[in-house]
Amino acid sequence: MADHAGTQAVLPSGAESSGGEGVRRRDFINIAAVSAAGVGGLVTLLPLISQMAPSADVLAESSTEIDISAIQPGQAIKAMFRKQPVFVRNLTPKEIAEAEAVPVSSLRDPQSLKDRTKAGKENWLITMGVCTHLGCVPLGASEGENKGEFGGYFCPCHGSQYDTAARIRKGPAPKNLEVPDYKFTSDTVVKIG
Amino acid sequence: MIRILSILVGLFFSAALTWSVGLGAYSYVTEPPKETVEEAFHLHPHEPAGGFSFNGLFGKFDNQQLQRGFKVYSEVCANCHALKLVAFRDLKAIGYNDDEVKAIAAKYQIPEYDPTTGEVKSHAGLAKDRFPPVVYAGSGHPPDLSLVTKARHGGAEYVYSLLTGYAEQPAELLKRFPEAKTPDGLYYNPYFANLNIAMPEPLASDDQVTYSDGTKATKAQMAADVAAFLTWTAEPKLDKRKQTGWAVLGFLLFATTLAYMAYRNIWAGKKGH
Amino acid sequence: MSFPWAKEYTPAHPFTKWIDEKLPLPRFVFNAVGAGYPVPRNLNYAWNFGILAGFCLMLQIVTGVILAMHYAANQTVAFDSVEHIMRDVNWGWMMRYAHANGASAFFVVVYIHIFRGFFYSSYKAPREMIWLLGVVIFLLMMATAFMGYVLPWGQMSFWGAKVITGLFGAIPLVGEPIQQWLLGGFAPDNAALNRFFSLHFLLPFVIAGVVILHIWALHIPGSSNPTGVEVKTESDTVPFHPYYTAKDGFGLGVFLIGYCTMLFFFPNALGHPDNYIPANPMQTPAHIVPEWYFWPFYAILRAFTQDFLFFPAKLLGVLAMFSAILVWFFLPWLDRSPVRSGHFRPTFRKFFYLLVIDLLVLGYCGGSPAAEPYVMISQIASIYYFAHFLIILPIVSAIERPEPLPFSITEAVLGHDQGAALATPQPA
Repeated sequence: MADHAGTQAVLPSGAESSGGEGVRRRDFINIAAVSAAGVGGLVTLLPLISQMAPSADVLAESSTEIDISAIQPGQAIKAMFRKQPVFVRNLTPKEIAEAEAVPVSSLRDPQSLKDRTKAGKENWLITMGVCTHLGCVPLGASEGENKGEFGGYFCPCHGSQYDTAARIRKGPAPKNLEVPDYKFTSDTVVKIG
Repeated sequence: MIRILSILVGLFFSAALTWSVGLGAYSYVTEPPKETVEEAFHLHPHEPAGGFSFNGLFGKFDNQQLQRGFKVYSEVCANCHALKLVAFRDLKAIGYNDDEVKAIAAKYQIPEYDPTTGEVKSHAGLAKDRFPPVVYAGSGHPPDLSLVTKARHGGAEYVYSLLTGYAEQPAELLKRFPEAKTPDGLYYNPYFANLNIAMPEPLASDDQVTYSDGTKATKAQMAADVAAFLTWTAEPKLDKRKQTGWAVLGFLLFATTLAYMAYRNIWAGKKGH
Repeated sequence: MSFPWAKEYTPAHPFTKWIDEKLPLPRFVFNAVGAGYPVPRNLNYAWNFGILAGFCLMLQIVTGVILAMHYAANQTVAFDSVEHIMRDVNWGWMMRYAHANGASAFFVVVYIHIFRGFFYSSYKAPREMIWLLGVVIFLLMMATAFMGYVLPWGQMSFWGAKVITGLFGAIPLVGEPIQQWLLGGFAPDNAALNRFFSLHFLLPFVIAGVVILHIWALHIPGSSNPTGVEVKTESDTVPFHPYYTAKDGFGLGVFLIGYCTMLFFFPNALGHPDNYIPANPMQTPAHIVPEWYFWPFYAILRAFTQDFLFFPAKLLGVLAMFSAILVWFFLPWLDRSPVRSGHFRPTFRKFFYLLVIDLLVLGYCGGSPAAEPYVMISQIASIYYFAHFLIILPIVSAIERPEPLPFSITEAVLGHDQGAALATPQPA
């Protein structure tokens, strides 16, 4: 084999690897060494990538408790949840009736008001304040803002209109305003997230 | 030319330095430096009997000990020392569950500046909050303890030795350095850099803290426990760091052995290697 | 630019051929670190450290860019943002320890690389430009490391910034305005922290640029080697790939074992505890020291304790500290021995070992308190340092009688008989 001292290069693989058991064993070691380096490099990438995921302090902020005792029927508040607005709205009986009067099958994103609220608390409509089109904050949660043609929310960016159950009725948005996970920890406190 | 210049520059620096050495040596001989009281009596920190569980290449935190140490911190140290880099949620790592963490957090009042009214209000602590600042009215500046074991030479050993090192000033010290008598309001401690510390002995008697796990709360035990706890607050990722380290080193040994074999292989036909 | 027997790049696949015609990047790599670069066959492990230095630079850039994603360069939050990285960011502790220990590893590797150059006189013609660029890289590294150490805004960060910018205050007449200009204030504050962060981010890319020039300059004469005898025939060389890629791969593994041991088991061993105390402009730490890699130069700075002739001690110290590195620029012209390798220069070799010991002593003194006996030892060691480069080297290289050199690299490797046969030119 390639044991003649001097000029002949013993290449790790390729043309010379056809002859003999020894050569094959050598190829195997070279391939194993390169593979080990490759695996090591790939595993090293994992922390480099995961460092960009939300850090522990950000994740710790991922639930918010809101006191809703001061919200009168017909009013809404904007609260902060995961650094985004969330709308908590106390619906009037009229708004509930309007929402329930709409045939669900006629909607772009078919959902009833019941699907979007907790049983026994149908007057509390809690949705993200993030338009499902491109992420603007729709108007309608604060006093005196434009609530749009359907009495719910109106997104000024591209004209999406939401009804009193915050369902998309007109405009470019594909989905209803998202309902986050939440539960009532008492009659006056709701925990989001 | 350049070499003549370089030799001149070299001679200049050498002459300036020789001048410095000469004057330094002269003053060293005429006024030999006196030993200071710190040099004579300062002691180097030492481990508690039995050592710390987290020392050494395989060392790990002992959660029971950390919880005891936390109790010492919150009942003794927390009167003057803050822990502002630690969040209550972090306590889960030393073995508390969610409800216990919430209960601990709720005992603290977290100040909160309200920008609309300009008032500072406070709310009961939540898991996500950090330990609040501690208002201290006395003399001296009690340092924040979050990083203290990494911010002092000797680390946990220093904290342990300092807490157990309070003593009367040795008679020999007063004999040799009469001017070094501990001033009023300070306390002699040979582990403190200048021997006189403003902090009164915090762990002055056994059973100052009642441990829930039945461990006898001797002074040495409390000092070791709180030193361990403060090691955790300074380096909470110590366990994970060493575990990762062993996995990485294991892989590297394997890969480097392969690399060595591949290197020998490839050079097999070349004499001289 | 290379030897006539260097392998020509021949694309194996139509696609690589297509690329090679449009942008000959594969050809460039092939000729730079591939089979197309013939390298002396007798390089020892001291020659591994160039590649390792390049690896360290990449390591520092990658971990540094990641840390910059989480760090905040404002004096009110900088310290806490570093602790945020240590505690809350996923794997943040590993990134920060990797970066902090990476800086030390980088200097270890580069110091060995430099001393390889000293021993084998790698700075000599025709490789002066490689050496000069290398010194530039070293200076840039020192600036980068210094500014990086300021960023955590601990006590050593703050006082390091204050003391080092204070050096410029030693310059006659314009010193103080320059110091204030550097800091953007009267003491280190937000302005200084922000510009240090900006420059700390920029300089590594400047270093990378100079490294490219360094390697470019290297490829003109080719690598030096332990005999110092120039390459004569093909039998003196082997192609870089696979021979030195394999050897460098093994070297990298050994390096990583040492580096990871520090990173995972002794991450703060090379740091200073005081830097875990937030910066406090009202209180100086008891014992200010820079990071270990500056200790020899710090010892030289402090060695000048007395005014001399018209020069105040402070100015002398600053001049000497900068000269200690600047003198390296003149090395190719100070050492005029026709022989390169220290293996064949008996007198030079003894002084070289003295220099190594001298720098270790200087380093030890630089890290110790400014008290006797360290001051006196560092003064004597500083005398030797300057005498070595400025007086001994020019004189020794002129009067020394070198030992006989081998005829060629091949002869040095294979012995006289076989080597002489192979060393005569062969048809390619």
